[in-house]
Amino acid sequence: MAAAKRPTLPAILIANDLLEGEVVFAAAQGWTRDPRQALVANDEATAQSLEKFGATEFLHARIVDPYLVAVEVNAQGVPQPRHYREALRALGPSVRPDLGKQADFQI
Amino acid sequence: MYRYDDFDRRVVRERIAQFASQIERRLSGALTEDEFKPLRLKNGLYLQLHAYMLRVAIPYGALNARQVRQLAHIADTYDRGYGHFTTRQNLQFNWPKLKDVPAILSLLADVDMHCIQTSGNCIRNVTADHFAGVAHDELEDPRPVAELLRQWSTLHPEFDWLGRKFKIAVSGAAQDRAVLKSHDVGVRVVRDPATQQIGYQILAGGGLGRTPMIGQVVRDFLPREKLLKYLEAVLRVFNLEGRRDNKFKARIKILVHELGLDAFRARVEEEYAAIDATSADLDPREYARIAGHFAPPAYETLPAVSRRLEEAQARDEHLARFVEHNLTRHKQRGYAALTISLKPIGLPPGDASSRQLRVIADLAEKYSFDEARVAHTQNIILPHVRLEDVPDIFAILRAEGLGEANAGLITDIVSCPGLDYCALATARSIPVAQALAQRFADPKKQKEIGELSIKISGCINACGHHHVGNIGILGLEKKEAESYQITIGGDPGDAYALGELLGPGLPAEHVPDAVERLVAVYLAQREPGETFIETTRRLGLAPFKAAFKEIADVVA
Amino acid sequence: MLLLDRHGPLDDAWERAEYVCQAETKQVLAPFAAIVGSDAITDDMKIGALLEPERTVAEVAPFFDRLDLIVIHFPSSANGRGFSMARQLRQAGYKGRLRAFGALIADQFPQALACGFDEVEVIGAAAARQPAEIWMAALNRISLGYQRGYGTESSIVERRLLAGAAQGAANV
Repeated sequence: MAAAKRPTLPAILIANDLLEGEVVFAAAQGWTRDPRQALVANDEATAQSLEKFGATEFLHARIVDPYLVAVEVNAQGVPQPRHYREALRALGPSVRPDLGKQADFQI
Repeated sequence: MYRYDDFDRRVVRERIAQFASQIERRLSGALTEDEFKPLRLKNGLYLQLHAYMLRVAIPYGALNARQVRQLAHIADTYDRGYGHFTTRQNLQFNWPKLKDVPAILSLLADVDMHCIQTSGNCIRNVTADHFAGVAHDELEDPRPVAELLRQWSTLHPEFDWLGRKFKIAVSGAAQDRAVLKSHDVGVRVVRDPATQQIGYQILAGGGLGRTPMIGQVVRDFLPREKLLKYLEAVLRVFNLEGRRDNKFKARIKILVHELGLDAFRARVEEEYAAIDATSADLDPREYARIAGHFAPPAYETLPAVSRRLEEAQARDEHLARFVEHNLTRHKQRGYAALTISLKPIGLPPGDASSRQLRVIADLAEKYSFDEARVAHTQNIILPHVRLEDVPDIFAILRAEGLGEANAGLITDIVSCPGLDYCALATARSIPVAQALAQRFADPKKQKEIGELSIKISGCINACGHHHVGNIGILGLEKKEAESYQITIGGDPGDAYALGELLGPGLPAEHVPDAVERLVAVYLAQREPGETFIETTRRLGLAPFKAAFKEIADVVA
Repeated sequence: MLLLDRHGPLDDAWERAEYVCQAETKQVLAPFAAIVGSDAITDDMKIGALLEPERTVAEVAPFFDRLDLIVIHFPSSANGRGFSMARQLRQAGYKGRLRAFGALIADQFPQALACGFDEVEVIGAAAARQPAEIWMAALNRISLGYQRGYGTESSIVERRLLAGAAQGAANV
C-alpha cells in the first residue's frame, strides 16, 4: 500500500513481482530481490525516474504496487527503510528469522 | 462428513479453469489490475507484505485425514512447510507464487477442497460451532445447514459483486460457540415452542472491524424450507441498498444501523414476499441428502469413566492437566472432544508445520473417525475420541509440540498474523502473543487464573477478534512506532459484549506488565468460582482502569 | 462498442436519445424519466428505457407492457447492484429485453444471463481489451450452478433430484 504523503529523500522504489509475489526493489538495472542492492534516489529527479520505471513495469505486467520508501543509508552504504512496516518488508517476518530476505541474504 | 458428488467436483474444476484463464488474461493485458484484483481475491489469493497468501476454505472447519495430508503436501511442495489456521476456520499459506496457484488449486480439488470466495466482496466461508454433532447441549447438528449454505452461496450469480464481504455463521446448540453476533448473518437452530418444529432464528448486522456492531434478531422463526428464500431476500436488500460510496460503511451492519432494525426487517419481509417460492424453497429431499452425510459415527458402547485413563492420569501430571483443560464433554458416553492446542508457549499462535499436520491427520484417522475440526480460536479439535485412547494421543501430541494443556486458558491466545505477514496491518501481533504466553507460561499459574481469552489484532480490521476477547489487544501506529491498546470485558458467546478501552496505547514491552496487573485485580477480587469475564462484569471497568493507569503513567 | 447475447455479437438497432421527441427512428432508447414524461411515443415505436441508479422496480413496473428494452447501467465491474435489479424486474413480471451496460468483464457474462439479462453492452477501452471471443469463452466456462431459479439450465439441485428419481425408478 502506498504511503499517503510523499516520502522524504533518500528513497528506494519497492514493489511486488506479479508472478512470484516476492518483494522486489528497483536496482541500477531492472529489479532485485536483495534490499541491499536497491538503487537509492538522493534527489527528486532520480526519485521521479524510479517512479516512472515502476509505472512502466506495472503496465508491462511485471510488477504491482510500486512506491517510494524513505530510507537511511548506513555506514556500509546499504539503504534501510525508515518506517518499521517497510523495514519488515525488506527483511521478512520478525517471528521467523529463517524465512524471507533476512534468511535468503543473511541480513 | 459431507462427501462431494460429481456436481460438486465439476464446480470446483470449472472454477480453477476460470481462474487460470483470468491469470492468463491479466498477463496478456486483457484484464487490468483493477479488474483482476477482485477476481484473484475471490479465489482466495491476497498479496501480502512479503509474498502472496492463499486462503484455503475449510467449510465450517471440517477436515478429514486425506485433506490434512494434502495440505501438508502443498505446504512442503509449494510453500515453506507450514500453514496458519484462522479465526474463520480456514487455512492460510503465506508463500505461494501466482504461477503455482492453478497447480495448488488442482491438488486441493483432488481432495474436494478449494479457495472459492475466501476473500473478496462476496459470501465467505460459512462457519459453525466446532463441537457440532458432539456437544451435549446441541439441539440439532448445524453442519447440514452450513453445508447447504456453502453450496447455495458458491458462485451465486446475483451475489458475487456485493458492496463488501458477507459472513455467515451457524449454531445448533443452546450455547453459541459460533460467535453469531459478530456475523453479517447468524443462523441459530431453534424449536418452535408451539409446534415443536425445528427452524431457524436469523440475526443480522453483526460485525467487528472499525465500527463493531452487535447482530440483532430479524426473524424469530423460519421453517426449514424457507431458509434459502429468506437469505436471498436479505442478500438482495443488501446488494440493492447497501452503501458503496465508502468502504468503511459498506457492510450490512451499517445498512441495518442507518435504516433502523424495524425498517430493515420490513424491507427484507417485502422482498421475501415477492420471491417465487417454487424455486427458492429448500427441497426437503436435498436437505435430507446433505444431512445423511452427517449421521453420527459408529460409536462403541463404553463406560462413562475409563479406568485406563484414570490410572494414567494419576501417574502423569502432564496428562492430568491435559485432561483437565483440553477435553470437552461429549454427547456419547465414554467419548470426548479433544482440543489440540496450536498455541505452544512462545511460538506463533495457530501455525502448524507440515509434520504436525501429518500427525494430526494420523490421529484423526486412527482415533476420531477420520474427522478433525478447526475452531475459530485457531485450535484443532478431534471431535470423537475414546477416553481410553487419550493417553496414547497425548503422548504423540507431546512429542510433536502439540501437547500444550492450555485450551481456554490465558496462554490460549488468538492472534491474527499481523504486520509480520499482513499488508493491511498497522502493528505486529504475534510477538505480543508470544511475550504474553511466556509471561504466563507456568501451568499452575494458568490453572489458578482459569478461563481467560486474550485476542490480539494487528489492525482495526479486527481479524484477531480483539473486540470479543476478555482481554483484547489492538496494535496501531502511534508516532511512527507500534502502540497497543488494551480492552477488557469482551465476550463472543451468549453474554455477547464488546470490550472497553482501558487507556492509551502502550509500547509492546509494557503489554505483559499491563496484562499481569489486570489479572492481579481479578485474582484479588474474584468471588469463589468466578471466571475473569464474570468478575469484570461484576466489578465494572474502574478497578481495571486504575491498575492499567499505573503502567500507562510509567510509560508516559 | 460491443453488444452481445448468449449467441454472440449483435448489431445495436437502438437509437439513443435524451428525449423521445428528438428521435429520428422508431426504435429509441432514452432515460426512463424522459419516457415517463414523453408525449412523443407512438404505437409503432419500440421503446427502450435506460434506468437511473435511484430508480426502483416499483416505479418501472407500470410501464412493463410498453417497454421493449430496459437498460441497467453498471458504473464499475465491482458494483453488482444491477444483478439484483435484473432479478427484481423479472420477478415483477418484465418479459422484454434486458441489457446490462457498462464496465463489465467477460466473466460476468454467465452471471448476467443467469440473473435475467438477455444482452450485455461493453464500451470504451474495456470493449477493445475484451473482444467477443473472450466473452463467449467465459460463457462456456461455467456450465453448472447450485442456485435454483437462475438461468435457463436446471440447477445442480434439480439435477440431483432427477438423478435420485431415476435411481429410484431403476430400483423398482
